[in-house]
Amino acid sequence: MKLSAVMKSILFKKWIKALVFLLCVVPLAQLAWRGTHHGLGANPIEHITHFTGDWTLMFLLLTLSVTPMRKLLRQPALVRFRRMLGLFAFFYGCLHFTTYVWLDKFFDVSDMIKDIGKRPFITVGFTGFTLMLPLAITSTAGWIRRLGGKYWQRLHRLVYISAMAGVVHYYWLVKSDHTKPIRYGIILALLLAYRLVVWLFGRRTSRLATQRALSVSPSEFSVE
Amino acid sequence: MLIRRPSDIPYSEVTSKNVYLSRRKFVAGVAVTGAALIADRLGREIVWPSLRVQAGTKLNVVRGPFSTDEKITPFDDVAHYNNFYEFGTDKEQPATLARNFRTSPWTVAVEGEVKKPKVFDINAIMKIAPLEERIYRHRCVEGWSIVVPWIGFPLNGLLKQVEPTSKAKFVAFESFYDPKQMPVARFAGISFPYLEGLRMDEAMHPLALLCMGMYGEVLPNQNGAPLRLVVPWKYGFKSIKSVVKIRLVGRQPPATWNLAAPREYGFYSNVNPNVDHPRWSQAKERRLGEFFKRKTLMFNGYADQVAQLYAGMDLRKYF
Repeated sequence: MKLSAVMKSILFKKWIKALVFLLCVVPLAQLAWRGTHHGLGANPIEHITHFTGDWTLMFLLLTLSVTPMRKLLRQPALVRFRRMLGLFAFFYGCLHFTTYVWLDKFFDVSDMIKDIGKRPFITVGFTGFTLMLPLAITSTAGWIRRLGGKYWQRLHRLVYISAMAGVVHYYWLVKSDHTKPIRYGIILALLLAYRLVVWLFGRRTSRLATQRALSVSPSEFSVE
Repeated sequence: MLIRRPSDIPYSEVTSKNVYLSRRKFVAGVAVTGAALIADRLGREIVWPSLRVQAGTKLNVVRGPFSTDEKITPFDDVAHYNNFYEFGTDKEQPATLARNFRTSPWTVAVEGEVKKPKVFDINAIMKIAPLEERIYRHRCVEGWSIVVPWIGFPLNGLLKQVEPTSKAKFVAFESFYDPKQMPVARFAGISFPYLEGLRMDEAMHPLALLCMGMYGEVLPNQNGAPLRLVVPWKYGFKSIKSVVKIRLVGRQPPATWNLAAPREYGFYSNVNPNVDHPRWSQAKERRLGEFFKRKTLMFNGYADQVAQLYAGMDLRKYF
């Protein structure tokens, strides 16, 4: 209990956000270091593509783990990092996409259109990336207000599809060793299963509550 | 080969070549007997083996035919960017995980529809024909390519030794497989031992190289030591590594990638910019070390030599 109290007080500190931000930049710094110190191997473009793709997926999973973590650990303050993690997922996704468009295809539009139309793993990856775009745009407090909490939340459930698309994108592109995409897939499945359980459970309890409310004092229950 | 050690190193007065080559075992032994006693230079050599793994042994070679004058890919790229799934599916893995791969002693059984089946010792194979250096383009099915100065002699030189009969229509190749030496192989997602095959006329073609070295030296473990195939007009996976068995057969033999995904990898797998892999284009390739992709050439640029092997064949069907 003590530990969680300490954690709680730390999570509400102002500097912790700056620290998390710096941690999120570490992969980029690592990539930059490799780039300037002959650390990208024999096929640098492939290395950058894989590196940024990996981190996009990891940040998507981190973002999706915020809600389960804050509930299970009873640390509501964790929600303070959700937007930042989500935006970093989008940031690494942008780097990944830019690597493809610029370094891999060198802005060859007709080639890319062919790719997106013909190759399922590109199609699904592009879909996952595109779905992140409205989420990034509407991540501000102003947009939450404009859309209203309910609609905003509904819209941001697109992140589930985006993450699923990301895992499928990875699974479809590897030749035979599916260890890593399956690892991502299992974590994503757990994170989504948590939500499903909460949702089903919540529906049942709310139904029970409704029934109870009705049986106790039907006059107080009004349908709007 | 005996190496006499100075008397101030008590644990191994005599080190045989085999012991030296199996460094991991050797290091374990050293750890038990007391690593602190290792003489400075020897110690560094074992704990921090040079990047050039075993490829220290120089080979005497003559200039072979068919060499390209394109820029040779640096040795370090070719030795640290390997698809050798027995030693891991990340390209950097084989250079590390194949470090202790035992490639000596080594024999190759050549059998099947032949008059004189024989088990060859690797040293005997090296003497069958003069070793040639041939600078070939090498195009991977994944869309990257390299230019490598291989060392070896035509595969037909070995096949002629066993005198194939008229029943021999195909040649089946099998790689070495030992789960103990290749513990990560079970995660690769393909079955082992790795199998490959060529049609008889492909195998007899002078371009098909039985390869024992590269860059003037014996093959590094991760590049398929001690003996591999190099079939430059086909995608790289046809150039099977660390071969232990060659069988001449009447019917088209199984090939590992073809078994794993028949829609994606055909038996022939000739380099062909006009027939895409179902999941990516084969029209272009990235030569390691270059920024812009280059156009992939039909038969990887060896059409003049090999196109007649496939005259009248529908290469879309027999991809």
